[in-house]
Amino acid sequence: MKLPLSIAAIALAALMSPADAAALQESGDPLASARWGDMQKSVLHGAPMVFDPRVKVIAPSIAENPMQVPVTVDATALPGVQEVVVFADFNPIVQVLRFYPEGSGAYLGFRVKLQQSTPVRAAARTADGVWHVGGAWVDTVGGGCTAPSAAAGSKEWQKKLNMVSGRQWSEGPQRGRVRLSIVHPMDTGLVAGTPAFHLEEININDAAGQRLVRIQPYEPVAENPVFTLNRGQVSGPVQASGRDNNGNNFAATIAP
Amino acid sequence: MKHWFTLFLVGFNAVASAADFDYHLAAQRVAENVYAFVGRNEDFTTRNGGNIVNTGFIVAPDGVVVIDSGPSLRYGQQMRQAIAALNAKPLALLINTHHHPDHFLGNQAFAGTPIAALPATIEGIASEGNAFAENLFRMTGDWMKGTEVLAPARALTAGVVEVAGRRLRLIALDGHTGADLAIYDETSGVLFAGDLVFNGRAPTTPHAEISHWLVALDRLEAVTREGGFSALVPGHGVVSRDAAPIRQTRAWLLWLQGAMRQAARAGLDMNEVLALPLPAEFAELPVANSEYRRSVGHLFPAAEQEALQ
Repeated sequence: MKLPLSIAAIALAALMSPADAAALQESGDPLASARWGDMQKSVLHGAPMVFDPRVKVIAPSIAENPMQVPVTVDATALPGVQEVVVFADFNPIVQVLRFYPEGSGAYLGFRVKLQQSTPVRAAARTADGVWHVGGAWVDTVGGGCTAPSAAAGSKEWQKKLNMVSGRQWSEGPQRGRVRLSIVHPMDTGLVAGTPAFHLEEININDAAGQRLVRIQPYEPVAENPVFTLNRGQVSGPVQASGRDNNGNNFAATIAP
Repeated sequence: MKHWFTLFLVGFNAVASAADFDYHLAAQRVAENVYAFVGRNEDFTTRNGGNIVNTGFIVAPDGVVVIDSGPSLRYGQQMRQAIAALNAKPLALLINTHHHPDHFLGNQAFAGTPIAALPATIEGIASEGNAFAENLFRMTGDWMKGTEVLAPARALTAGVVEVAGRRLRLIALDGHTGADLAIYDETSGVLFAGDLVFNGRAPTTPHAEISHWLVALDRLEAVTREGGFSALVPGHGVVSRDAAPIRQTRAWLLWLQGAMRQAARAGLDMNEVLALPLPAEFAELPVANSEYRRSVGHLFPAAEQEALQ
């Protein structure tokens, strides 16, 4: 499928070698990123894909703090989402996180570290194996991934590592919403002398043991991650459990 | 990628060659022997070169006391020339009110003059100054050429001091940053409030502790009720003859603090908080939208944590 080029893509194509420009036209990337072709190969492994406006990525067009850029992925308009991968084309570590909505909608809010201006994208895989891709450009002044975490400068966090706090909203405009934060430095490994140290698995289950969502965070998720999800309707507590890449486990209950 | 870089360079040169790097500093007389250089109510840009800040000076019997040195070496140099054009007295002391870059990066131009600040301000300049300077280079470009951090060497303590034969009341506060110095010139009744007070411009909050800031504003408002008070020089915005800018700053901070708490309790995500409309009372203030967006980044995480506990 060949999509019409945006003005930005035409401008970009004019600056490229003919071969690169041809590649860009083939890609039809609405965000006109020179890295899209690589993303398609390395993140989606060449699987069938389509740019789909039903996959919304909400993020500020200008990020004031590259260490904590808020991103909300909302693919609830697309039925039957099995898996969502979030990635940032120009980040030194491209993949931000994956999540697998089960009892919850395909909706997740979180914050990321960005090293420079980049598209932030979400690809949502439906049961037919097709990736539906949405995204937004975020302009930022660099430093998010190669700057040390605040925790790296203090030993205090160790006492609170993996501590979970959270809340559910059972009424009002945010009815059905769950928000939780987890104390973790989320070190990328790109700062000299500080190895990668990050949460790698979070499961959120309801009181009946039914999983609402499984989240696999990678290094670019911001320090002390905060997640927002929608379970539709609050009925009883939720259980948040998981581990980081050093094998530290956690489990906590979030009351309704 | 290479092409983007070239484009960037072309754009950058066009901006740089269009500017003559003259801040056109004009000293405004606030009271007898007391002057202020009043900056624009804007964000940092390559056009204004960072001249968005107020600096000032007091001509004391034995020399000139300078308050803050602006955002760059060039600003400091031009400020020094403008001071010398008005009087021939030697420079006695330069005071930095706090550790934000638009207030101390002109220090280099005053090398040789004693430079003083509160101890935590000196610490902040020494530890964060270079990162601030780099950021200003990015935002204002060649206006910053040659600018390097020169940290104050002399630590100030609160109280009334005599500097160059003039009585100054040093009021040590905090809230805008970890250490904010206000200076009350007892002779003229002029209060240099630093960035604890903004006038006709939305306040900045990168290091703010709002509850402390509100206490500091009460202290400053009490000074404006003293018999001898004549004028208030805010850190940003025009000089005032009354406490109105203090009340305006307080109103913004109270609203901001309340809005962050309310949003966190309502379960909003940061993107939703960023998208909230500003109340009409504040929406018209210069740079209100951009400062609000920055403040969400600075202040919402703590409010959110409080709500999630």
